[in-house]
Amino acid sequence: MWNEVRGLRDDVDYGTPPSNGEPVTLTVDGVEVTVPEGSSVMLAATKADRAVPKLCATDMLEAFGSCRVCLVEIEGQRGYPASCTTLVAPGMIVRTQSDRLAKLRKGVMELYLSDFPESEIPDGWSEFHRTLEEIGINGHRYGNGRNHFDLPVDDSNPYFLFDPAKCIVCSRCVRACAEVQGTFALTIQGRAFESKVAASQDEPFMESECVSCGACVQACPSHALVEKSLFPGGYERAEPT
Amino acid sequence: MANSINVFVPRETSAVSLGANEIGDRILSLAVNNKTDITLIRNGSWGMCWLEPLIEVEVNGERIAYGPICIEDVADLFKADFLKGGDHKLKLGKVSDIPYLKNQDRWTFKRCGLIDPVSIHDYCSNGGFDGFTVATKMSTAKIIEEIKKSGLRGRGGAGFPTGIKWQTVANASGDQKYIACNADEGDSGTFSDRMLMEGDPFCLIEGMMIAGLAVGANRGYIYLRSEYPLTREIFSEALNSAKDAGWLGKNIQGTGFEFEIDLHIGAGSYVCGEETAMLESLEGKAGIIRYRPPLPAIEGLFGKPTVVNNVITLASVPDILIKGGDNYATFGIDRSRGTLAFQLAGNIKRGGLVEKAFGITLRELIEDFGGGTATGRDIRAVQIGGPLGAYFPENLLDTPLDYEAFAELEGIIGHGGVVVFDDSVDMAAQARFAMEFCAIESCGKCTPCRIGSVRGIEVIDRIVANKNRDENLKLLEELCDTMVDGSLCAMGGMTPFPVRSAIKHFPEDFIHPPGAKN
Amino acid sequence: MPNPRKPERETITICAYCGVGCGFKAETIGNEIIRMTPWKEGKANHGHSCVKGRFAYDYWCHPDRIKTPMIRGSIEEPWRKVSWDEAFDHAAKELRRIQSKYGRSSVGGVSSSRCTNEEIFLTQKFVRAVLGNNNIDNCARICHSPTQFGLSATVGTGAASQHFDSILQADVIMVVGANPTEGHPVFGSMMKRRIRQGAKLIVIDPRRTETVDSPHCRADVHLALRPGTNVAILNSIAHVIVRENRHDSEFIKSRCEWQEFEHWAELVGSEEYSPDKIGPIAGVDPEDIRRAARIYSTGPQSTIYYGLGVTEHSQGSTGVMCLGNLGLACGMYGREGVGVNPLRGQGNVQGGSCLGSWPHVFSGYRFVTDDATRESFEAEWGVELDSEPGLRLPNMFDAALTGHFKGMYIMGEDPVQSDPNQNHIIAALRNMECVIIHDLFLNETSKFAHVFLPGSSSLEKDGTFTSAERRIGRVRKVVEPLAGYQDWEVTVKLMNAMGYDVEYAHAGEVLDELARLTPAYEGASFELVDRVGSAQWPVNTTAPEGTEVLHTEQFPRANGLGTFMLTGFVPTRERVNEQYPLLLTTGRILSQYNVGTQTRRTANSQWHPEDVLEMSLGDMQARGLRVGDSVTITSRFGSTRLKVVESVRVNPGVIYTTFHHAESKANAVTSDLSDWATNCPEYKVTAVEVAKVRSPKPRHAESSVKHAAHREREAKEIWT
Repeated sequence: MWNEVRGLRDDVDYGTPPSNGEPVTLTVDGVEVTVPEGSSVMLAATKADRAVPKLCATDMLEAFGSCRVCLVEIEGQRGYPASCTTLVAPGMIVRTQSDRLAKLRKGVMELYLSDFPESEIPDGWSEFHRTLEEIGINGHRYGNGRNHFDLPVDDSNPYFLFDPAKCIVCSRCVRACAEVQGTFALTIQGRAFESKVAASQDEPFMESECVSCGACVQACPSHALVEKSLFPGGYERAEPT
Repeated sequence: MANSINVFVPRETSAVSLGANEIGDRILSLAVNNKTDITLIRNGSWGMCWLEPLIEVEVNGERIAYGPICIEDVADLFKADFLKGGDHKLKLGKVSDIPYLKNQDRWTFKRCGLIDPVSIHDYCSNGGFDGFTVATKMSTAKIIEEIKKSGLRGRGGAGFPTGIKWQTVANASGDQKYIACNADEGDSGTFSDRMLMEGDPFCLIEGMMIAGLAVGANRGYIYLRSEYPLTREIFSEALNSAKDAGWLGKNIQGTGFEFEIDLHIGAGSYVCGEETAMLESLEGKAGIIRYRPPLPAIEGLFGKPTVVNNVITLASVPDILIKGGDNYATFGIDRSRGTLAFQLAGNIKRGGLVEKAFGITLRELIEDFGGGTATGRDIRAVQIGGPLGAYFPENLLDTPLDYEAFAELEGIIGHGGVVVFDDSVDMAAQARFAMEFCAIESCGKCTPCRIGSVRGIEVIDRIVANKNRDENLKLLEELCDTMVDGSLCAMGGMTPFPVRSAIKHFPEDFIHPPGAKN
Repeated sequence: MPNPRKPERETITICAYCGVGCGFKAETIGNEIIRMTPWKEGKANHGHSCVKGRFAYDYWCHPDRIKTPMIRGSIEEPWRKVSWDEAFDHAAKELRRIQSKYGRSSVGGVSSSRCTNEEIFLTQKFVRAVLGNNNIDNCARICHSPTQFGLSATVGTGAASQHFDSILQADVIMVVGANPTEGHPVFGSMMKRRIRQGAKLIVIDPRRTETVDSPHCRADVHLALRPGTNVAILNSIAHVIVRENRHDSEFIKSRCEWQEFEHWAELVGSEEYSPDKIGPIAGVDPEDIRRAARIYSTGPQSTIYYGLGVTEHSQGSTGVMCLGNLGLACGMYGREGVGVNPLRGQGNVQGGSCLGSWPHVFSGYRFVTDDATRESFEAEWGVELDSEPGLRLPNMFDAALTGHFKGMYIMGEDPVQSDPNQNHIIAALRNMECVIIHDLFLNETSKFAHVFLPGSSSLEKDGTFTSAERRIGRVRKVVEPLAGYQDWEVTVKLMNAMGYDVEYAHAGEVLDELARLTPAYEGASFELVDRVGSAQWPVNTTAPEGTEVLHTEQFPRANGLGTFMLTGFVPTRERVNEQYPLLLTTGRILSQYNVGTQTRRTANSQWHPEDVLEMSLGDMQARGLRVGDSVTITSRFGSTRLKVVESVRVNPGVIYTTFHHAESKANAVTSDLSDWATNCPEYKVTAVEVAKVRSPKPRHAESSVKHAAHREREAKEIWT
C-alpha cells in the first residue's frame, strides 16, 4: 500500500522506491532474489547484495535514468539497460559485472570527472566520491576543456549553499523538491552542456520559492548542495588546476 | 462567359523563398492590365527544387510548365503568350512528362503539385477521403491487418513496423487514446514532411483519422517544428476547411466517428523529433527524453496509449486502405516494402523530392535523378539519414536503399535525406560537426551525450592539430563506445555513426587534414 | 580548500518543533552539532524534513541561553546568580511559605508541550503529590483542548484516529482551519503527494493559503468562510448530506447510537442550516457547500484534518463535535484512509494531553474525583491526593488577581506572549509572590518571575515525545545539558527539596512509572521504542507494538458506540460593528515556530523578521493605507502596532497576522472570549479596526470589567 515510504531503510539505499505488489523472482549474478512486482532491477540487485553503482538514483525518488552509471546486462535484451528504469520480470537473468560494463562505467565516470574540480577529488566523502572509488577511477584524459568551474556559488540561504562547479546535473535536487517536498522550486535551466540547476526564475535560492526544507541538500550526491555548518571556517571554492 | 485560364504558382517554402509570391502577384496584375481572365491557383510543389519557381498553365486540360521563373521573366512570358502554352526558353512542356517526375513511384505524393492544397473539392475529386470511407466500413482488426500486410515501416527514421505499433495501441487499455504526428523534421537536408503538409495537407489529416479509427483514438496532435512558418499557415487553413466541410469534429459525415486535430508548434529543438521528447514538449514541458519502457504506445501523451508516427508514414495510409496492403507491398525489396520519399540535397545538380520504391541504389538516385554534383566535381561522400547517419564513400554508392542493407554497412536510411559532398569536403571537419551538432541539440539529461559531445569536439580538434594524435584517436574511439552503449536515446547513441564512418572511410583527413601544415 | 567535515557520532532523536514528530539523525563532533539530517526510518517523516528541524537547531547554544539558576526577592530587583541547591531551597521555602499563608490551593504549575512525556508526567506529579493540589494545566488548553472535549464526546478518544501515512489511502482530504503546508510541513508534503496521485481536496479556511493553491495541487472546493462561522458551515454540509441521503446508514446502525443520529439529523436537516441560508451568513457560495458535502460523503475514503482554526473559537468544542459527527455520519472511521485527525502543533502536546497535565484528570483522562483511579496513584506515589479538581490556567490568573493564588511553577511556557488578553495576565503575575520559570531563555513572562531555573532543550535530554499521530518516540540526548541538568532531573530535585523523596536512575524509569499508571501507555518503555523505533498508543497487551488506526471494532465509550452531539450554531459574542468593522484572525508561518522563542534565535529570522498584517486591497484603500505603512490595530481589549502588506489571500473584511514576535503583541488585541467547554481562547476571531499610525503611543486597554458590560450591550445587536 505504501512501501514507497515505509519500505525505506536507513542503512541501505535501494536506488528506487520500494513498491507494493505480488512477489517476483529473478536471478542477479546467479543469486536468486524475490521482490514485489513493480520493483526495479536495481532494487532487486541491492536486495541480492549485488548493488549496482549509481548516481542519479536514490530510493526516495522515482527513477530518472540520466547518469548511465547503473547499466547492466540482461539476458535476451539488447544493449545495456539502466537497472534503475528497468522493472523486474519473473525469471529475468541479470548480470551486474562484466568487462564491458566495467569499461562503460569508467567511460561515463571519466566524462563526469572531466567537468569536476580536480582538487575536490581527494578525501571527499560524498556519494559521488564513493562511486568513483567503487568503479575505480579518479582521473580523466580530456585535458582542460569546457567546464562549469566559474559559475558563482549561491550562498544566499543562511543554512546551505549551492556550488555549480560540483553539480553533476543528476536532477536529484529538482526531483526531491517536486516529489518529496512538493514545492517545485527547482528546475534544470537551459539545455545540453548549459544545463544548470536554477531556483524559480534563476534567482538566488533565498529569493526563490524555496522553503529551505533541505530535501535537495539531502538528495545531492556530490556536495554541490551542502550544509554551511560543515564548513566551520567558511566555504572555499576549489581552484581548478 | 469566357473561360478563365488556370495558372498555377506554387505556395511552398522553397518556391516562396525564390520569389513565387511576387511572381504570382505580377502575373495577376499583368493579366488585369491585359484584361485577361485568369484564375491564380497556389498549388504545392512538385518537388523539383532546381526548377522552382515552377509555374504552370492549364491549356486544353494539360498542365504546361515553365521554370525556373524569376520576376523579370513574367513580362516576357506574357509576350510569349504563355497563357496559351506559347514557347519560351523556360518552357518545360507537360509537367507529367518531365523525366524526374515521370520516373518516380508517387504513392504518397501523387497529389502534391497537382491540386490546390486547401481545397476540399480538389482533394475529394482526386481520391481524397476515399481511404477513410473504406476504413469506416472495416473492423479495427481489418484496418490494422491491411497496414501489417503493406509492410509499412516508420518513415521518420526508426523503421518500426507500423502495423505492430497500431496493434499495441489498439490492445492497450485506456479511456483515452491519441494519435501524435511527428512533424518536427529536424534532419539536415530533409523536407518531405514539409512538402507533403504544404502540398497535400488533407492526406495527412485523412491518415490520422484512419489511425484513430484503427486504435480507438478521437484526438490527434501534430507537432510541427517552429522553423516551418508557411507550413503552419497552410496547414491551419486546411484544418479549418476540413472542419467547415464536416471532415473533422463530431460524427464525421454521419459515420458516428469523432476526431479533432490540434496543431502544436515546436520551439527550435532537434531532439524534440525524438518521440518521448516530443511528447514532453506537447505536454507543455521542456523537451527532455523519457526512458523506455514504458513505450508511448502504452503510456504516451498525458500517460495515455498513443500512436506516434511520422508525417509520411501517416500520409501513406489512405492509399493502402484504397488499394490494399498487398498492393503497397508489391513495391520495394526484402523487408523494405513500399516507397520512400527520398530528398536529394547538398552539393547536387538537381535537388528535390524523389519518391521511389525501396531497392533503388544510391548511385541511381544521385546520378540519374540528381545529375551528380552541382559543382561538377567528383562525389567524395554522401550522408544518408540526417546528421546521425553515416557517410558513405563513392565505392558504396551501389548499395540498394533498403533498411537492412544499410544497417549491415553501419549506415541508416533514416527519413530519407541524402546529402551529397564533392571532393573538396573535409571529413574531419564533418566528424567534428557531428559532435558539435550533438553538443548544441542535446537535451542535456544523460551524461554520455551532454558531456561526451563536448569532449568529442575537443578530442577531434586535438587529433587534427596533431596533439597526441594516436592517444586521442584511441580516446575518441572509446568515447564513441560510451556514447553508443550508454546514451539514453539516439541523439547521443547515434552521433558516433557519422564520426566512425568518417574515420573508417576517410582516415586520411584526420592524419593529413586538408589545409593543415603537416 | 577544505572538505566538508565528517561527523564522529550519530544520534537518532525527534525534532523539537511541531507535532509531526520527524525523526532526525543528529550528527556531532564532540559536543557540537554539525548538522541534523532527516531519518529515513522515521515513521512520520520517512526521510523528509522542514527548515525548522533540519536547520534551526542552533538556538540550543545561543548566547541568550541561561546557564545558571537565578533568584530575586522582587521583580523590580535584578537577577542574582546562585547555585542549583540554593535555587531549589529558595523555591521550596517560598512555595511552602505561600501555602501555609494562603492555603494549599494558592500554588500551582503549568507544564510544557515542548517537554518530554516524562517531564510532563513529573510536573503533574510534583503538583499533585508534592504541592498537594490539582492546580496543573498545560498549554494544550489554548490550542487543542476542544479536541479532547469534542472527540471524546463523539468517538471516545480525544486524539487522531489515524496515523499520518493513512493519508496515502485517502480519496478525499478535507482540511478545516489548518494550513499543513506551513504548520505541519512534512505532513503537508505527504498530503500533496496524495493529491498529485489524484485525491480530492476540500479546504475550509478564511484565507487562500498555500494549502488551497500550490503547484500541481489545488483544492477542488475552497470555502473561504468568515471567521466565526465554522459550526454554521459544518452544519450546512451535514444538512446536505442528510437531506440528500448521503449518510452511511449501515455504519450508523451498527456502530453508532441511532437515536442520537436522528436527533442530530433533525437539527442539521432543518431549514436553518440549508446552504442557501448559511452561504450568505458565512460569505460562501451555497453551491460550494453542496459540492463539499457531496465530495466528502462520496469518498470512498474521506479523511478530515483540522487545526486551531477549529478549536480556537468560542464554539471550538462544538466545531470539533461537528467534525466527529460528520465522520460518523459518513462511516469514515475504523480503517485506513479515513478518520478525523487534529493537527496538534507542538512536539509533545499530545503527550501533555494524555499525561494528566489537567486540573480535572490524571494521566489517561481519568477524573481526579474517581476514587479507584486516585487510589492507584496514591498507592504508587505514597501520599494522599486531593480529590477536588483544580484551577485551569486562566482561572489561576483570575485567582491571582483576587489575591487567592500566589505561587506558580511554569515549565517551558511564556503565557504573557502566547496567551490571550496579555494585560490581564501581566496584572495577575504582578500579584503573585513566587513565580518560578523553568526555561531556556528569559522571556516575556520571566520579567515577572522570582526564580529562574535554566532548562534543557530536547537536544540535551533523554525521554519520549508523543506526536500528533499518537506516536511515542525517543528523544535522545545529543549534547550535554548546558546548565548541567536535564529538565526532568530539575523537577525531581525540586520535589526532593520540598521533602518528597524520589529518585530515578534514568528517564526510562519515569516512563516505566508512567506506563504503570496510564492504560494507553501500558506497554511503553525505552526498550520497546528502541526495539521497534516508535509506537502509537494505545500500547498494551492487545497491541504490544502500538495501534495505528483507532476505532476499528469499537468506540471507547461506555457502550462501544459512537454518538452524535447536537451542535447548534451560536455566533460568537465578538462581533463586528461600526467601531470595529474588521475581523482579525491569526496563524503561523513555516519558518517560525509558535512564539519564536527558538526560531527567532536562529537564522530562520531572515525569512520572517517581523509579523506583518495582511489586508485585502479594498480594505487598505478605504483607510488610505499603503504597503509598508505602520498601522495600529485596535480591538475592544487592546491595541498593537504592525506593518501592513497587501494580500490576495484574505477576503474583504478579514485581516490576518502571525504571532511569532513578542514585539507584535498580537495577543494584546485578541479577546478574552473562549470555548464554552474548555476555555480555549478565541484567538481566531477578534473584531478590530486598523488605522495609520498618527500618535507615537498606542491606546491603553480598558479594564476587563468595563469590557464585559460593553459586550452585553453589543450582544443585543443582530449578527451581521
